[in-house]
Parts: sequence; C-alpha cells; structure tokens
Amino acid sequence: MTGKTLYDKLWDAHVVRTEPDGTALIYIDRHLVHEVTSPQAFEGLRLAGRKPWRTDTVLAVPDHNVPTTHRDQGISDPVSRLQVETLNANVHEFGITFFPMNDVRQGIVHVIGPEQGATLPGMTVVCGDSHTSTHGAFGALAFGIGTSEVEHVLATQCLLQKKMKNMLVSVDGRVGPGVTAKDIVLAIIGEIGTAGGTGYAIEFGGEAIRALSMEGRMTVCNMAIEAGARAGMVAVDETTIEYVKGRTYAPTGDLWEKAVAAWRELKSDADARFDRVVRLDATAIAPQVSWGTSPEMVVPVTGRVPDPAEATDPVKASGMKRALEYMGLAANTPIEQIAIDKVFIGSCTNSRIEDLRAAAAVVRGRKVADNVKLAMVVPGSGLVKQQAEQEGLDKVFLEAGFEWREPGCSMCLAMNADRLEPGERCASTSNRNFEGRQGQGGRTHLVSPAMAAAAAVTGHFTDVRQLAQS
Amino acid sequence: MKPLSTVDGLVLPLDRANVDTDAIIPKQYLKSVKRTGFGPNLFDDWRYLEPGEPGMDHSKRKPNPDFVLNAPRYQGAEILLARKNFGCGSSREHAVWALTDYGIRVVIAPSFADIFFGNSFKNGLLPIVLDEAIVDRLFQEVEATPGYRLKVDLAAQTVTTPSGEAFHFEVGEFHKYCLLNGLDDIGLTLQHADEIRAYEQRRRAQAPWLFR
Ligand code: SF4
Repeated sequence: MTGKTLYDKLWDAHVVRTEPDGTALIYIDRHLVHEVTSPQAFEGLRLAGRKPWRTDTVLAVPDHNVPTTHRDQGISDPVSRLQVETLNANVHEFGITFFPMNDVRQGIVHVIGPEQGATLPGMTVVCGDSHTSTHGAFGALAFGIGTSEVEHVLATQCLLQKKMKNMLVSVDGRVGPGVTAKDIVLAIIGEIGTAGGTGYAIEFGGEAIRALSMEGRMTVCNMAIEAGARAGMVAVDETTIEYVKGRTYAPTGDLWEKAVAAWRELKSDADARFDRVVRLDATAIAPQVSWGTSPEMVVPVTGRVPDPAEATDPVKASGMKRALEYMGLAANTPIEQIAIDKVFIGSCTNSRIEDLRAAAAVVRGRKVADNVKLAMVVPGSGLVKQQAEQEGLDKVFLEAGFEWREPGCSMCLAMNADRLEPGERCASTSNRNFEGRQGQGGRTHLVSPAMAAAAAVTGHFTDVRQLAQS
Repeated sequence: MKPLSTVDGLVLPLDRANVDTDAIIPKQYLKSVKRTGFGPNLFDDWRYLEPGEPGMDHSKRKPNPDFVLNAPRYQGAEILLARKNFGCGSSREHAVWALTDYGIRVVIAPSFADIFFGNSFKNGLLPIVLDEAIVDRLFQEVEATPGYRLKVDLAAQTVTTPSGEAFHFEVGEFHKYCLLNGLDDIGLTLQHADEIRAYEQRRRAQAPWLFR
C-alpha cells in the first residue's frame, strides 16, 4: 500500500460518511466567522428554527468593515455599521465567542485564529472567506466556504465535500537575503497560474518552506487560493509546535503532550503519491512585483512589464492587453521605473509582527518619498499592534511619514474608508490585484512588506536588496 | 431553493478569462445583510459608466454601451457563456446571488473556480463545464447569431444548440439530485445526525483537545 499525503490524513480523520458518488460529509473542528459572509447564514438558521450544533467551535470577529482610525467614534458608514451590528446581535443571540471592534484581540480573522491558538494542527478549519487557506500553515485542512456552507456548518458541524487531488509544491534550496515568503508564493503563482491549483489541495514543502517561520508559512498558504487551490498546507514540525505552545486556546498539561504526539504524524509519508508535483529553485527567486490584474501577472523586480505581442495564446494576449490598459502601463517598461502613489502594508497576507519588522527595518532612518501621497501600516490584530508598539516599530513608521492604523482588512479590499482613487497606483502587501479591488479604478501591485517599504521610501519599485546595501 | 431541470434560454457571451468575484459583484455591495437585490449590481464596474454605491437608484445610472450585458440583443439572457476559471477570487456567495438575481440560471465555461462552483449548486445556479474548443465554437455561434438560444437539460446532462447538436456534460449525482428537486442540503445532512454524533464520540476519544 502506498503512503498517505498530509491531505489524505487530514481528510480521512474527518469523514463522517460518504455518498455513493464520493461526496463526503466531513466534520469541522473550527469555524471562524466575520460580518460580511455570515448575516444571511444566521438569518437562514432563524428562518428554519435551527440552532448551532456546537457553539464552542465558533469564533467571530468583525474585520472587513471596521474603520482603521477614530474607533472611539464608531462606524460612520451606516451600511457598514448595520453589518457589524448584525454580527453583534447574532453572536449574542446564538451564544458565540466574539471579539468586538474595540477588544485588543480583534483583528483580521486569519490573523487572530492562529494568534489565539484557535487554529491547531490536525483541525479542519473553515470560514466564509477564501483566504482561510492561511490556517493550513499549521498542518490543518483549512478552506474558504460560501454563506450557504457557513449556515450548513453552523447547523450540522459538517460540510459536504468531494475530495480534492493532491499537489506538492516543493521549493528547493534556500532563498537569498531580501527574498521573503511573499516572493516565494508570488513566484509559485507566476509559475502555475491562477487556475493551476484548481481542484487540488496544495502541500508546500522543500527546504525553503521548512526554513520559514509560521508567519512566513501563513503568507504562503494564504495565497494558495490565488493559485486556484482552495486549501494549502505545510507539514507540522518543531516550528509549528513552538508557535502553538502557550496560546490561549491551545491545550495544556497532559492534553498538550497527547496532542503534540498526534501532531508529529501530520506530514506526508515518504512513499505518498501526489497527482502533481511542481518544483521551484529557491535560489533563483528574486523579489517579485505584480504588474497586471491577476496574481499570476508577476515578474521579478529586476524585470520588465511583459509584452502581449509575445504571448502565443490569443485569449491570454487579449487579457494582457486589457490588464496593461487598466494598469496604465506600457509593455517593456522596467519595473523599477514604475512610480507609485500609495503604499499599503497590511492584510491577512502580510500584517503579522514579522512583516512589520521587515518593513520597519527598511524604513528605519528613511523618509517616505515626496510623490507618495499616503503610506499606511495596518497591523493584523490589536495584539500585533501592541507588540509592534512595544518594539517601537510604530515610531519608526511615524517618523518616516507613514500612518499607523487600527487593525482590520482596510485597503486590502476597501470596504471601509481606506481606498485608492481612480488611477492611483499602490504598492500593496495584500493578495489580490483584481480590477477595482482596492477602490474603483485603483491599480494594485502586489509585493512583500520589505518591497512595499522600499517603494515607499524611493517613490517607485526598488530592489530591496540594493537598498539594503546602500 | 428553486428546482432546476431544463432551461431554454438566450445566451450572453462574456469573452474574458479569469472573471473574478470582485468583478461579478464589487465589495461595496457585500455590506448588505440580505440574499436578494444584487442583480442591478452584477458586473457593476464594467456595466455602468460612473462608480456605484449601495442605496443608489441604479436604474438612473448611465450604462456602459460597450459592455456586452447592456447590448439590447442580450436582454433577458438566462445562460451565461464564459471563459476559463470563471468565478475565481473570493468565497462571496453574493457573486452567485447577483447572477441569479439578474436572471442567469446556467453558466457555461471551460472551467470554474472551486468555491464559486460549489456555491452555485446551493442557489439553483447550474455551472456547466464544456471543452474549451466547444466553448470557443459556442462563442462564435452566439456572436454571429442574434437571438441565439441553448437548451440545457439537467436530467439528460445535455446542452443542445439551435441546430440540434447536443453536448454532454458531467455533474455530480448528489448535486444533480439536490438541484432537480430543489432540496435544502442542511435538511438532508441532519437526517444523518446520529452518524455525526457517533463520529464525535470516536473523535473525542482520539483527540480530546478538540472537545473542551
Ligand atoms: S485582509 Fe483582505 S484578503 Fe484578508 S480577509 Fe481581509 S479582505 Fe480578505
């Protein structure tokens, strides 16, 4: 018998029953909830007269709509306010654990789950949000679900799923200095495309992934969905166990010992079979910058904007042309010559303490360039913010001319007041550069926190490896 | 959920690959706490000339005459013809609600993003995967033929062109059953409540830290 992949193990441990056509009912251990994709689910429960199956598995937080300034004044947009108030009312009605907007534990749902130890190895973790793949960094099976599924999990603690295929993305060797988890995952997406992982659960492995901190692994798994894969994951090792230890919702005492013993099995067997294997050479990865309107439209900072005339597939060529037009870029422009208007350091991809440290290290002793209208740092949670302030990172950013904000999704998707104006160009540490994502007509370039900081202080994209040397 | 068995509908061709959920329904409309009313904002950024916000009277906004959805010949379309990786991006079910609220009942594409694909079935929207070459031909036929309609038969799993040519498509038995009967899958799952409880008991013994 061949061995099992990590995904096979996680799947098998959670199957409750299987239909003849292979559709399985799988059990959910952790359900994270936010204000945008839950109101219709709670409403559905109420209309059907149903109760949540296990409220102790649910953790709720408002993050998408919350303002990042003047929290004491509440939410001024009445439509956003209603949505956040609806969440407040629902969690009270159904008895769900909740971190309200002004709680220090509040933050982006994918930052606070791991931070609280609510995300544990071996769990199934779901949330009405596609970036739930983030939690796979812990050797968990984590994926985003729609609102009907949110209701289904609330009512039954289960989900109907078909098993995905197995893909291994192995990043071999070590990345060079100045190259981060974000660059690794952008390079992966550039390689396999935004639909490359569709139908697969991706396991990220190889020396470069093993060498990453939990923050870095979360960044990589976060963007699995940008490669089309609903779930991304990394095997459990000492790094994982060290990170989880002592967190609020993590087990303690005897239970901890028992759990750790089980978690050590959460890796693919040596003879496990993957349906697809992709290998990347870590030493060849340079800092990445996206140039278009899909995360697969990405090049090294040392490169140029590609030319649609060189694309062979006509659908692809027309997509590139449309992207260049939207982005206001000419083919063959060197990436380092692209000037920016705004800088956003934040989002569930890159708003953890390590991200803020990396950005601050570049910013320290420098100033935001004159042509940059706004540079903002939005920590992923109240606790990340607190930690950063203890380390004095807020001062580094403020002295350079950055704004230092309250935690939330902010300009990652611009549901609150933080957004790009039409035509504005942004160096952003978020995960999606879709048309209008950061504000209608806004132009997003995806980069790492260090690269966003480098762009902020020079006013254009800059190879952070050169900047560090100067 | 409304059952779906056959659709004989006008076809709307959306000739772009990787159409993401942000494009299908922009984020400002996700602030709604309802499941309905998203139709006027389907493809909002492409569809209107000026930016839109929730609460506006969208019928008074200026439509973009170059966007295919606004072409008179495609009004009343029930079948959307799309390119590969349709519905990529976020998990927002609002994207499906916007399509169904507008009147779309079937989307045909060479491939779909996984979450969108699953969300569709929960809302009586049928996503059909056909070969890229077939989709390509359908695009040519739709664009060349005003009033072009397709017949979709879920029970038979076929898409039939006006000339009578039929293409077979795959659909999961369970999805098909739920869609044909308009079934609420929560009710179906709750029929297995005993099995869920039995699983919990087994699991509690193996992994007690998950039950505290
Ligand atoms: S930070 Fe962005 S990607 Fe992450 S959950 Fe919030 S809106 Fe979604």
